[in-house]
Amino acid sequence: MARVLRTLRRTAWQAIPTVIAVVVIDFFLLRLAPGDAADALAAESGSATEETMAALRAHFGLDQPAFVQFLSYIGNLLHFSLGFSPLYNMPVSRLIGERLPGTLLLMATALSLALLIGISAGVVMSMFAGRLTDRVLSVIALLFYSVPGFWIGLMLIVLFSVRLGWLPSGGAETIGAGLTGWPWLLDRARHLILPAVSLALFFIAIYARLVRASMLEVRDQDYVRTATAKGLSRTAVTLRHMLWNALLPVTTVAGMHVGAILGGAVVVETVFSWPGLGRLAFEAVLKRDFSVLLGILLLSSLLVIAVNVLVDLLQAWLDPRIALR
Amino acid sequence: MKSLGLFLRNPTGLAGSSLLLLVIVAALLAPVLFPGDPLDMATTPFIWPLQDPAFPLGSDSLGRDVLAGIVHGARVSVLIGFASTFVGVVIGTLVGACAGYFGGRLDDLLVRLMEVFQTFPPFLLIIVLVSIAEPSVATITAAIGIVSWPTVARLVRAEFRSLRERDFVLAARGLGYGAARIVFLEILPNAAAPIIVTTSVMVATAILNESALSFLGLGDPNLVSWGSMIGAGRDQLRTAWYLVALPGAALVITVLSLNLFGDGLNDALNPRARGR
Repeated sequence: MARVLRTLRRTAWQAIPTVIAVVVIDFFLLRLAPGDAADALAAESGSATEETMAALRAHFGLDQPAFVQFLSYIGNLLHFSLGFSPLYNMPVSRLIGERLPGTLLLMATALSLALLIGISAGVVMSMFAGRLTDRVLSVIALLFYSVPGFWIGLMLIVLFSVRLGWLPSGGAETIGAGLTGWPWLLDRARHLILPAVSLALFFIAIYARLVRASMLEVRDQDYVRTATAKGLSRTAVTLRHMLWNALLPVTTVAGMHVGAILGGAVVVETVFSWPGLGRLAFEAVLKRDFSVLLGILLLSSLLVIAVNVLVDLLQAWLDPRIALR
Repeated sequence: MKSLGLFLRNPTGLAGSSLLLLVIVAALLAPVLFPGDPLDMATTPFIWPLQDPAFPLGSDSLGRDVLAGIVHGARVSVLIGFASTFVGVVIGTLVGACAGYFGGRLDDLLVRLMEVFQTFPPFLLIIVLVSIAEPSVATITAAIGIVSWPTVARLVRAEFRSLRERDFVLAARGLGYGAARIVFLEILPNAAAPIIVTTSVMVATAILNESALSFLGLGDPNLVSWGSMIGAGRDQLRTAWYLVALPGAALVITVLSLNLFGDGLNDALNPRARGR
């Protein structure tokens, strides 16, 4: 436990400069964006005189020097404020807060699916390495690896919603159905299946290939031979001795993938009209609302940093040698 | 040369390179095979594939030839895929080589920089960069390149760190060679194999990112690309799903060929993986 706490202190300490750099980059990207909040409001209302524009700029502090604006941006962030979206007419943090749970649900489901199917497929492939089962699964994995999520999402809609009529083609729940209890949960689950599968395919392929490679890596090690020699069954050796060690690279990679899954969610949420951060990002691009866009970018980076700290802790717990580094 | 022989005897690599060659030839010959703008109306709308021999893959809602669109779309995918990978590999190699070879403070700083860039969700950063700079082939190429360099930098740094104390590098240093000559002419050729393998995966990723971008309507508006064809066909998904399926199939074949190519290269260049 002391080891895990030491790791926590070290990784949290290392994360601070990264967070600062991310905030600085985010702020300067926001300044690079064409137009500001006053322009956006003026475009929205249709007409604005020079005076009202100047008054708006003074109101939002846009007439201040860059350094002062940066300080007030930092001050806002310390109060958990990501600025105000003139187009949605509400604080960016509230807007993001409304959409975050949807994205987290989608990401968590997709990641669990990917880990479950990917690791199982990888174990099966390594047990039959070089034989037909391995070859067929390898080809399928490579195909999953090459398919864009938004396209497979559309194809799944054609098959399961349009042709077969089994699953809904979009949204997070049946609107106006007024469901409660089990029927409500079932309805949510039915809406979740297609987007989660579209998002997961790519990662299923990655984990399958990774687990296969690392299982083959540990296969020839002494402790595996020892386990076999003391008479354990092949299943016990594979699952209890080999897989446990082959999982370490998977935790590293899965932590790195949080950002990629978030990026994938942008397109998948657009395809399935899923009310999440990804679709909000896309709407913000269309409306050229950069305060929302950069708020999402900043929050995503913080999420990635937090997950990386968690992965470090998980690894320190899984493998005692890591804390010694 | 031994690697080339191994590569050519590898069925995966061979299948990948033949498919890839087909896509590149289609991209190069597009203006010859289908002269004229593929965005112009060519025939009546909504001809299904295999109905009209003049338009074997049918036409879309505006009567545009789907086959011409797919062949012309290969140009954008191939161009942006390779150009943005080139940008990413050049930046990544320079940064990674400096960090790995010189070490010390510079290394700490550059590793930090890579970490910062890797906290941004890649596709989200691409969207932000492209929408700030207005979409065009040049800005999309730059955005995808900027997002992809840390992968190369990490790899190159690791290679350089393991190579910089080898005897041949010490010998070069003993002969009084400058840092630039040692980095580019002595160490880099020895670190080339893993960089080349990563490059093919990066081209595949870049093509996927470009297609997702133009699917969302953030591609170059003056050019036809597979992503924009899928985006346009999406509105007729219920009635004419072939408009989404066909450009997507072209996309999958191209990305698959690059991944097969990369696997084949990896088997040929990485002796540890041989026989598995």
